[in-house]
Amino acid sequence: MLDIVNLHAGIAGNEILRGINLKVNPGEVHAIMGPNGSGKSTLASVLAGRDTYDVAAGTVTYRGMDLLAMNPEERAREGIFLAFQYPVEIPGVSNSYFLKAALNAVRKHRGLEELDAVDFLMLVKEKLKLVEMEPSFLNRPVNEGFSGGEKKRNEIFQMAVLQPTLGILDETDSGLDIDALRIVADGVNTLKTKENAFIVVTHYQRLLNHIIPDFVHVLVDGRIVKSGGKELALKLEEKGYDWVREELEQVTVGS
Amino acid sequence: MPGHGQNLDQYVSNFERFEKSLNGESKQPLHAVRKAALARFTELGFPTTRDEEWRFTNVAPIAKEIFVPALPSDGHRLGLKDIEPYLFKADAPLRMVFVNGHWAPALSAVESLPPGVRVMSLARAIVAEHDLVTQNLSKYVRFDGNAFAALNMAFLKDGAFVMVPDGVELSEAVHLLFLQTGGSSPVMATMRNVIVAGIASRVSIVESYVGIGAPTSFTNAVTEFIVGDRAIVEHDKLQVESTRSFHIGTTHFHQGGGSGVVSNAIALGGRIARNDVTAVLNAEGCTCTLNGLSVATGDQLIDNHTTIDHAKPGCESHELYASILDGKSRGVFNGKILVRKDAQKTDAKQTNRTLLLSDEATIDTKPQLEIFADDVKCTHGATVGQLDEDQVFYLRARGIDLVEARDVLTFAFARAVIDRIHVDPLREQLDAMLHTRLRQGRVASEV
Repeated sequence: MLDIVNLHAGIAGNEILRGINLKVNPGEVHAIMGPNGSGKSTLASVLAGRDTYDVAAGTVTYRGMDLLAMNPEERAREGIFLAFQYPVEIPGVSNSYFLKAALNAVRKHRGLEELDAVDFLMLVKEKLKLVEMEPSFLNRPVNEGFSGGEKKRNEIFQMAVLQPTLGILDETDSGLDIDALRIVADGVNTLKTKENAFIVVTHYQRLLNHIIPDFVHVLVDGRIVKSGGKELALKLEEKGYDWVREELEQVTVGS
Repeated sequence: MPGHGQNLDQYVSNFERFEKSLNGESKQPLHAVRKAALARFTELGFPTTRDEEWRFTNVAPIAKEIFVPALPSDGHRLGLKDIEPYLFKADAPLRMVFVNGHWAPALSAVESLPPGVRVMSLARAIVAEHDLVTQNLSKYVRFDGNAFAALNMAFLKDGAFVMVPDGVELSEAVHLLFLQTGGSSPVMATMRNVIVAGIASRVSIVESYVGIGAPTSFTNAVTEFIVGDRAIVEHDKLQVESTRSFHIGTTHFHQGGGSGVVSNAIALGGRIARNDVTAVLNAEGCTCTLNGLSVATGDQLIDNHTTIDHAKPGCESHELYASILDGKSRGVFNGKILVRKDAQKTDAKQTNRTLLLSDEATIDTKPQLEIFADDVKCTHGATVGQLDEDQVFYLRARGIDLVEARDVLTFAFARAVIDRIHVDPLREQLDAMLHTRLRQGRVASEV
């Protein structure tokens, strides 16, 4: 589904990603872990099409398409969904208006009929239950005055409505209490199918107790330096990231 | 000394013609005031950018143009169907319609008024409510130092008169609809409205100025509100004249003790549009809210000058003026807040926000706080910016295309003002109008 080859990207001349290679197949959950500043969020942003980052080299193929040639809205319509680390507040635009515009843009692109107000409301009310939010939440301006937990739940709610093929969660667990963490994880687990895939970017292992990854990758200084199964996350939790660095240095010195 | 290149003689000869058309009316005392106003106008001439109040707004295009006063026959063919799109509510039961400044009784409707309420043309009110009208006319909007007010007084003939007696609440909004159709040559339309809200009364006035076709017209409108003690007044002004027109609008509120005024001024039209709103909080315990929204594109210039005069203690004022500027358009905001020595415990808040949608659009914004009392709370803030790139990206990352994302965010900016309009059908109509307008503006700026 997704094939990242030798991806180099940065911001204002500073290289942050220094050759990422990653393959994601349908039905898989990949966790990307790493210390602060290792490039995790940059990778998520580049995949979603944020143009503040410059791609210097490499290719990203998504379902046979050249992802890097597509603009953010095209990527979204083709099924890429980024759950933001810091969802932005948009005063004056209601959640329901925003989501209806988004859903209909996606549906139109997929050759489906646009939903009318009634069908839309039925659909979103169903999805609201998934994230345990009240319908009144639809009338509030997007993320305005939301608590940190509400903002993250809103991201998962949007993901549930838009039904992406590839969901990218950028530190969705940061700042969440244990209840919100469970709601977010349950949401993702409910949405998981054999056809879609998730990339879960996280600093801590605790989210991975709830969303069980098939693969764990460790990102250090813009490169994936270690990959393994879910047990790798536990080891990182226990020992921190330093041992990965040390191991890396030994390899470098030894070679 | 009037500036060079001003064609003032035409106003003198036009006045002579106007005088003849008045017939017997020219023998009334009011006519002496007209003559004095004309004399003052010719002395003052049109303001120039050397005048501090007009520093950013050059009215030379108005001064150079040849205008004839609109005749009652211009645009007389308009029927109910033609005005329907401009009514905010189908069959609005209380509406006074004016075509090029002349009252159009066939298009107006004044039905089932509560006892004592008066809604009529000013020409009629000058006769029928002579004392009440002449007492108030020009008492607050003075013409000695203001050329446009002088010109308005000189050519004063008609407009709307609304009077709500003490204790009466008028549930239905009164719609004053001013249509400019133009004539064979550019026309000047002069309107004067007088609204009297009695003690503890309640009234809502919607003023719309609309261009039909794309006439080159010059609207000079003055609306005076005399607000009684504890009265509640809402005023919504919608200016959607043609982008070839000139609109000079003056609104004045004179507030009694404990009264409340909310004014929302929405300006979308005009090549040069100037909107002066003044509120004098002339007794204790008044509240006053002035909101405004300007949406301009092409080479439009929309200038909002507001003055809130805290003359007495314990009054509160809130102000939010917002502009959305595209193309090469220009905006001006000058917000004066005067707190007189006597006006202790004043609470005044002013906000001005501008959204620049193009690199060539400009805004001149100036808060002007003059505070002579010491125990007051006055705040002001101005922001000028472009659309937030993070917000644009967020919408795009959900599948909404760039153009639509920009529209959605621009509209959201406008809503901060639109949502403050309490007349529901008007707000809904304005919503739709703005959507269309923003889209048109975008198309225009892409060309």
